[in-house]
Amino acid sequence: MSRLTLEGVTRRFGGLVAVDDVSFEVPTEGVTAVIGPNGAGKTTLFNLISGALPPSAGRIVFEGQDITGRPPAKIAAAGLVRTFQLVKLFEDLSVLDNVKVGCHLQGKAGLFAALLRPASARREEATVEARARDMLAFAGLSAFADEPASGLPYGRQRMLELARAMAAGPKLILLDEPAAGLNTEESAALARIIRRIADEGTSVLLIEHDMTLVMNTADRVVVVDFGRKIAQGTPAQVRANPAVIAAYLGTGKPAANDAATQEAAHG
Amino acid sequence: MTISPAITSPERRPPRLVGLLPWLFAVAVVGYAMVVGGYAATVVSFALIYAVFVTGLNLFMGFAAQVSFGQNAFAAIGGYGSAVLTATYGWSPLPAMVLGIAAALLAAAIVGFPALRLKGHYLAMGTLAIGLITYEITVEWQSVTQGYLGISGIPPFGIGPYEVTSDRGQLIMLALVVAACAFAAARIRRSRFGRALSAVAGSEEAATALGIDVSRYKLMAFLLSAGFAALAGSLFVHVVGYVSPEVFGLHMVIVTFTMLYVGGIGTVAGPLVGALIVSLLPETFRAFKDYQDLAYGAALILLLIYAPRGLASLFSPRGRS
Repeated sequence: MSRLTLEGVTRRFGGLVAVDDVSFEVPTEGVTAVIGPNGAGKTTLFNLISGALPPSAGRIVFEGQDITGRPPAKIAAAGLVRTFQLVKLFEDLSVLDNVKVGCHLQGKAGLFAALLRPASARREEATVEARARDMLAFAGLSAFADEPASGLPYGRQRMLELARAMAAGPKLILLDEPAAGLNTEESAALARIIRRIADEGTSVLLIEHDMTLVMNTADRVVVVDFGRKIAQGTPAQVRANPAVIAAYLGTGKPAANDAATQEAAHG
Repeated sequence: MTISPAITSPERRPPRLVGLLPWLFAVAVVGYAMVVGGYAATVVSFALIYAVFVTGLNLFMGFAAQVSFGQNAFAAIGGYGSAVLTATYGWSPLPAMVLGIAAALLAAAIVGFPALRLKGHYLAMGTLAIGLITYEITVEWQSVTQGYLGISGIPPFGIGPYEVTSDRGQLIMLALVVAACAFAAARIRRSRFGRALSAVAGSEEAATALGIDVSRYKLMAFLLSAGFAALAGSLFVHVVGYVSPEVFGLHMVIVTFTMLYVGGIGTVAGPLVGALIVSLLPETFRAFKDYQDLAYGAALILLLIYAPRGLASLFSPRGRS
């Protein structure tokens, strides 16, 4: 059973094809990683999945529903929640309130509930409070609950963003380079948390540069280069794949160029 | 720095008494006006009406971090609604006020729907246009508004046979309305609705990614803000008994922005503190005679240098209350 299916997803920006006919499946269980060199189209792919950009062609199916071109808030409401490459916290809110915003989809209270505060709204608020504190404990941030979010060091801001996204109760969480800017120790802690998220039943799809994190956490890896999917498989399979090695280390073209230069010199 | 597992969640801090200072200041000012009466009561009454308007402005500009230079339009609709229905058609004030506010909300929904697609400076310009257009209508639509002459003979506010005519009665009524508005703002702040507004203010992208319908919340904040503005406009005409286009002109925009920033944008107590300070400051510099405006201007600059997030922010833990 797959959580998310991409069928021939393509995105053009004028003449540039940023994502070119990409198809793959994200199964319900475990962690799936999308890797690829800088500029390979990974973030564009994420923006297509999360609805921030509409695809030029192709279909995106989430939990059996076609979500292609739906507005991002609707996609989030369906249970597909993303984080950002550059942390986007609500800086004026406390750490706890950031996570409470993450609980938005779990509640219903509107303006009148805010003003009149009926029993149902008070119950909902108590549930939100408890859930938010659970998520903070999960991310190891309980001690900072009442601090302003902007005061957290960078590593903890990343963890807060993760806790906030998890508070939304997603079925699939998209993590856009979650280890960017983390030190080795923080990155290892992040890997443990990602594993726990997957073990507790939320599918994880992550984009990552940090190969250690990918190799430690991912069950499956999809490799993209120049907008195309070039390989797919377990981390070990992908690591041994010549096409992947070529894309990352550039063994193909530069060698040919060298040969051409040498020939030119000799000629 | 390490990411360590949680230790224990800290106990909730007791509410800091210092956070009450802005409210005590407001109570003291209103109390003083109540005792002295006369001119002081009039100045404080106007300040309280402005406080209603600025509380609404703060919901849109402070809580949701949007910009509107055109909320005076909705004050004008509320004010003229009340004025025309009572003075020209003989309605009693309460239904006139309700209809005026409803008309303002309708107008806000009609202009807000397209205007809120704009962002930043463009939204500011668009809303400024709304204010200017409304001003022109109040000037030109003479058969209803009587143009520059204005409408006089507007009855004081009252319900059934009870009319609020005395200075002190009006002060009490206005203080109660302001208290209700501040209470509403405080409740909104600590609610799912208010958090969604803060999220829109913080990052629209992140808010959307968490399932918040950003344009819906912006529109709601705009409508709320327009409702408060219309209430303030209606209160003004019933307290003064007279209305002309100048009342809701560009001057109102400038004064209310000053109040919002001096008091503390995004705080709950800020609008009230700002409205009182900005209304009272010129009066306290009366002794300077010719230099009154100079002293007032200098005082505002000093306030913004030493309390850049507003006076109310000085009394709250994180610079916000």
